[in-house]
Amino acid sequence: MTGTKPRFGVVVFPGSNCDYDAFYVLKKIFGYDVRFLWHKDTDLQNSDVIILPGGFSYGDYLRTGAIARFSPIMNQVLDFAEKGGFVMGICNGFQILLEARLLPGVMLQNNSLQFVCKDVYLSVENHDSPFTKGIESDKVLKIPVAHGDGNYFADEATLKSLTDNNQVVFRYTSPDGQINDEHNPNGSVMNIAGIINKKGNILGMMPHPERASDPVLSKIDGGMIFNSIGKYFLN
Amino acid sequence: MFKAQVLIKRRPSILDPQGKAVEKGAEHLGIKNIRDTRIGKFIEFIVETDNKTAAEKEVNNYCSKLLSNPIMENFEFTLTKFDPSEIES
Repeated sequence: MTGTKPRFGVVVFPGSNCDYDAFYVLKKIFGYDVRFLWHKDTDLQNSDVIILPGGFSYGDYLRTGAIARFSPIMNQVLDFAEKGGFVMGICNGFQILLEARLLPGVMLQNNSLQFVCKDVYLSVENHDSPFTKGIESDKVLKIPVAHGDGNYFADEATLKSLTDNNQVVFRYTSPDGQINDEHNPNGSVMNIAGIINKKGNILGMMPHPERASDPVLSKIDGGMIFNSIGKYFLN
Repeated sequence: MFKAQVLIKRRPSILDPQGKAVEKGAEHLGIKNIRDTRIGKFIEFIVETDNKTAAEKEVNNYCSKLLSNPIMENFEFTLTKFDPSEIES
């Protein structure tokens, strides 16, 4: 909403491993201003959008995201998010957002007990968020997942609240958009792949849009999300 | 000083696929009569205070804020007096 491209900050935790992918896509594919933010820093460097990238922060010790949630920079991220700043958690970043209680629910181990690394299909359930506004209404996104703990769980009351407030953003589907158990890669309740907070500024998703943004990789659906948030700032 | 021993269990309402898989192993081993296997965590550490109330408060804080996630886990702990000079070799 500023008429200029957003400035991105990609947080680097010890064990992050999708930080460079996110940086590359944002800078080289979209031409956004982007910088790395070390987890021990306490300055978000005037970022408009904070990315918590995928990886295995702190070796996934204790619980995924549990220790990263207390990294020094997270105080600033919490404050920034509280004030309406945009935060996007991808995979491990989503797990960190859950541990920080910026988003409701928890991530359990995949019901298969296997690490799942493959392309999945996603329906976009909420087209009102700045992250998804630019995506066509019936578009089914093809984006890869890579995780061992992606089995989203929340109690009945939380699920009702998520549904009532249109906070479920992405759900796992078949290639033609059918929501069923067969195409649920991890056992997530309601096939949930991504959710947003009530205010609409904090998004968490297990699939990796940064791995499906460079045309060289022949997958570009993830780029629609980065494009959408960029457009939001430009308009 | 105190030694704290913390037990973290999944809430009964949360499925434990790992426990289920382990139970399958028991079945293959021929160990019978096993059911409801659930896997939790055991964590122990030293609390550097001689005030038991203060120690309980600190451990409670550690358990509820970091060691466990109350959405999916319950915790319990015990505190026993600890004398560092009596460390087992």
